[in-house]
Amino acid sequence: MTEPADLSAAELAERIRGGDEGALRVTRSCLGRIQALDPQVRAFLTVNDRAQEEAWRLDRCRGQAPPATLDGVPVAVKDNILTRDLRTTCGSRILERFAPAGDATAVERLRAAGAVILGKTNLDEFGMGSSTENSAFGATRNPWDLGRVAGGSSGGSAAAVAAGMVPLALGSDTGGSVRQPAAFCGVVGLKPTYGRVSRFGLVAYGSSLDQIGPLGRTVRDVALVLTVIEGADPADATSSPVPGRDYVAACEDGVNGMRIGLPREYLGEGLDPEIERAVLGAAGRLEQHGAGTEEVSLPHTPYAISTYYLLATAEASSNLSRFDGVRYGLRAGDTGDLESLYRTTRGMGFGAEVKRRIMLGTYALSAGYRDAFYNTAQRARSVIRRDFSQVFGSGVDLLLTATTPTVAFRLGEKLDDPLAMYLSDVYTVTSSLAGLPALSVPVGLSAEGLPIGAQLIGPPFGEDRLFRAGAVIASMFGSPRPPLLPARPAGTGSG
Amino acid sequence: VGVTIDRETVLRVAALAKLDLERDAVEVFRRQLQAVLEYVRILDSLEVGEILPAELPRAEGQPLREDDTRPCLPIQRALANAPDAALGHFRVPRVLPE
Repeated sequence: MTEPADLSAAELAERIRGGDEGALRVTRSCLGRIQALDPQVRAFLTVNDRAQEEAWRLDRCRGQAPPATLDGVPVAVKDNILTRDLRTTCGSRILERFAPAGDATAVERLRAAGAVILGKTNLDEFGMGSSTENSAFGATRNPWDLGRVAGGSSGGSAAAVAAGMVPLALGSDTGGSVRQPAAFCGVVGLKPTYGRVSRFGLVAYGSSLDQIGPLGRTVRDVALVLTVIEGADPADATSSPVPGRDYVAACEDGVNGMRIGLPREYLGEGLDPEIERAVLGAAGRLEQHGAGTEEVSLPHTPYAISTYYLLATAEASSNLSRFDGVRYGLRAGDTGDLESLYRTTRGMGFGAEVKRRIMLGTYALSAGYRDAFYNTAQRARSVIRRDFSQVFGSGVDLLLTATTPTVAFRLGEKLDDPLAMYLSDVYTVTSSLAGLPALSVPVGLSAEGLPIGAQLIGPPFGEDRLFRAGAVIASMFGSPRPPLLPARPAGTGSG
Repeated sequence: VGVTIDRETVLRVAALAKLDLERDAVEVFRRQLQAVLEYVRILDSLEVGEILPAELPRAEGQPLREDDTRPCLPIQRALANAPDAALGHFRVPRVLPE
């Protein structure tokens, strides 16, 4: 019989609703997988010790209320998203013992839909990184090859889903932090349109870019989570009232008649040829299903990394000023006066990458440099955004690119070279700067057996199109299963 | 415009950002910031003269909520994560010299 931990969220919710499965049994199955594999993978920072009790309670109360969308489905939450009374560290020493007073809106909505929060997943400190090596609590390993990174910054969420520890996880994406680890770990990851999902309770990094997004093993599961967490929230003034769609139904709509653009700046130089072939294979699949593909141009793409790293760090330098050793978190010992307390606490509490980004952002905003760096980057952001509006304005429905230029790299490979690490975000930062929705979908394995991801980018609030095309691509490649996992019994499992 | 990050610049920026740096780290940060700032000068080649800076992407049509009083965190709950608290307040070291 298939282990509950191996099923998709949609299958689990259906079985639990139908009385064929219990939330407690499902939760125990996932906890068993965590116990067996997480000592190697290190995806979780905290496992919720109340999860079994919460699942038991859901089983006891079943039938007393209308069935919920995610009834009894275990979900992991990236550790920069607040969970009431469950430690939220942001992967930082400065918040090592921080227990939030409330849930983030996205978590509140998951719980209201019947989800069991199984635990908190590892990340690059405050979301700053592309490998999850910048966590103060150690790196997460890629379930496909424990010598490689899981990607980042939502590496713990992606690895947990890939290793079958949970069917679903929340991540956050500022410049690719859901999509890049999803691609490296062979799972599906969505960055919704800026404003689609409330950020209330997401610890801010780059506020004009941050979005919470789901990761899952199937496109349909990711669609299901978006239906639960999306929508306006009075607690987040940037959340949007633009109505959502039935994203799960969109997964069945196909791509007949759609126009798919292949941006020429994303192909060729710098892209691993194996990944290019896989992405073009996905384009062929979309064509077989009735879509048309065409080459398009986003000419200002080469400016995106510079623009992103100036704007995101400028915003980070302001957002992270709240960590001062006064209201919460770490405080340095006897420091004399208040000014020294700030400097010593922050010096002790933040890791090297966070300090580097705070300093870069502070420099870009400082007197004499603001025009040359920050203001120029804001102008570059305008032209990058204009590139996308022109392409979508010409009638193109979606863009298809690689998610990453390479497959998962080795642990430590880029740790001493921040610039090389920043360049691994080259295909994901553009849509972040433009506030657009983007989905990473597995499109096969490299010759070395490592996952490859393709990225679909849509116009604002065009998530339904991403799911239409994503489901078609996924029907070709399915949900790859890392060798770390026990083999599935023949004829079972989810697609 | 050439960018030269020297040791003094690193220390000045760290002071602005209220960050104590270990002595050995200053040179590492200097080198890394220099490399990143050289790379971002690619923006110098972008013709942006007539282009306005991007506005923050904003959700459209979101009405402001009513200006009503609402329950807020109880004091004890707000102080629960504080490293030091007394008499219902956050306690900090001396602000002004004696």
